[in-house]
Amino acid sequence: MRLETGPNIPAPDDFYQALIDAHAGLDDARSAALNARLVLLLANHVGDLEALREALALARDGL
Amino acid sequence: MPRTHAQASFAYQRPAELGGELRVPVAIVGAGPVGLACAIDLALQGVRAVVLDDNDTVSTGSRAICYAKRTLEVLDRLGCAESVTQRGVRWNVGKVFHRDRLAYQFDLLPEGGHKHPAFVNLQQYHLEAAMLDRLLAVDGSVRWKNRVAGAMPDADGVTLAVATPDGDYKVRADWVIACDGARSPMRDYLGLDWKGQVFRDRFLIADVHMSGEFPTERWFWFDPPFHPHQSVLLHRQADDVWRIDFQLGWDADPDREKQPERVVPRIRAMLGDDRPFELTWVSVYTFQCRRLDRFVHGRVLFAGDAAHQVSPFGARGANGGIQDADNLCWKLASVVHGEALPPLLDSYDAERVPAADENILNSTRSTDFITPKSPMSRVFRDAVLDLAVRHPFARRLVNSGRLSLPSIYRDSPLHAPDLDAFASVMVPGAPAVDAPVVMAGASGWLLDVLGGATVALYFAASDPGSVRVDIDRLARWKADVRIVMVTKPGAGAAHADIRVLEDVDGLLAQRYDATPGTLYLLRRDQHVAARWRRWDAEAVTRALHRLQGRMEVPAHAA
Repeated sequence: MRLETGPNIPAPDDFYQALIDAHAGLDDARSAALNARLVLLLANHVGDLEALREALALARDGL
Repeated sequence: MPRTHAQASFAYQRPAELGGELRVPVAIVGAGPVGLACAIDLALQGVRAVVLDDNDTVSTGSRAICYAKRTLEVLDRLGCAESVTQRGVRWNVGKVFHRDRLAYQFDLLPEGGHKHPAFVNLQQYHLEAAMLDRLLAVDGSVRWKNRVAGAMPDADGVTLAVATPDGDYKVRADWVIACDGARSPMRDYLGLDWKGQVFRDRFLIADVHMSGEFPTERWFWFDPPFHPHQSVLLHRQADDVWRIDFQLGWDADPDREKQPERVVPRIRAMLGDDRPFELTWVSVYTFQCRRLDRFVHGRVLFAGDAAHQVSPFGARGANGGIQDADNLCWKLASVVHGEALPPLLDSYDAERVPAADENILNSTRSTDFITPKSPMSRVFRDAVLDLAVRHPFARRLVNSGRLSLPSIYRDSPLHAPDLDAFASVMVPGAPAVDAPVVMAGASGWLLDVLGGATVALYFAASDPGSVRVDIDRLARWKADVRIVMVTKPGAGAAHADIRVLEDVDGLLAQRYDATPGTLYLLRRDQHVAARWRRWDAEAVTRALHRLQGRMEVPAHAA
């Protein structure tokens, strides 16, 4: 595994609140746009295609 | 009714063989850019070929328009690049708009030290006219209104049934190059499968003649205010003609959309003012990505759109087809002349099928970006375009067409992998990169020196004593190759049998990551066959054998 799936965010509750707050007041279409931008920004930060493929597979699992 | 500007037509001549048979080493079916490239290339290599075409004009309408640097280099080797680059439009800047704003712009401006620009735009009929002039100059010709009505291949050749306005005759050819286009009748005569994907979208092509101050740039709009929810592409061609592609969607009615009363307001909205323009061509098309399983079918060799079809985004149709011709003709000429064994032609499949797949992959990805196939795919597409305004990383994701680059034949059976370490991109299978050189006191270009020969490109030592030793050794070497020696500027070396180049700007050694003693073996289509850090006559001989279709046989084979 190249993808970090153990705990890696020092303040998980702060992050989660920030994520939900970022969507505040947006309708579904704008929320979807925000999520898409977020995925792209974070994917570029990760950079490693193999890790990204692992993340895609894990996210898809069970859907 | 729209018309195209140049509509040269050519005289049909009654064939002398009516009711009988013409025997030729090679027959070329189709006189489009690929057929003409094959005809010129074979003529230059002393192979007699007949070109059969069912029409009597160059292409009509708006078809191929963008020719990439590698295509210009191939046309240069064939002797017809000059009229193309002079008549065509050079461009470097591409702009991508999203809704009402510029998302980003790119500059293809190549590094210095290349003879040809990144791209030239020119109407296909002008390209074909230039190639026809060249074909006539090398004593070739086209048999116009000679329609191939049937093909009967066997183990030693192919018999073509040819229909003319005056009656029928047969052509018996040892080899046939089928470059009769996307609807290739030759494919049908051989009963070959044509597999792939049809895209559920329609595009309107309008060629517009207008004079005025539009920059010579490629402009691509996603979802512009003047054509909501669809894409638009603007390209400049020669003679003040502009090509505009409007995406229409699958539900558009092609006949209705072709009517000037529908087309003119679209263009007017795009221009945003009342400058005068004249429509010279309108058509509505759908596109598809398909290819044959193999391009070599016994004595019939498929090339261009007859072998593979791509969507237009990325200019990979004509460029890919010209590269097919470039790859095929030296191999076919070698086999016809008995200099190489027929297995050499199998390498055409091994090299050009993956190249077609590369083109299909690129154009399919462009299509998926331009025409998102699901609501979420559109959300991501728009997110990329929004982020591209401020963030460089997102600009790399914007895909309005990945412009044609030559394929590198990485897994070719004609090459052995590198044994020595090189830090340049000129891996075996890559096309030779150009560089400025001086030969016998005159400025020139490496690719012009390579021409269509098998070349041993040797980088000499820097001290004059070693250069003389190198020259003597190369001159004694008996091999059927053109020897080209590269020296530092002002080395003053010369020899009757060896071409000596001065690396005036040092770009040649840099681009080839060459050190004294480095040797590149280049194929007749200017692709790298092998490279070594040190002279090894035995290794060079083995590499030359592979280029003659003599593959290595394991020693224990009976």
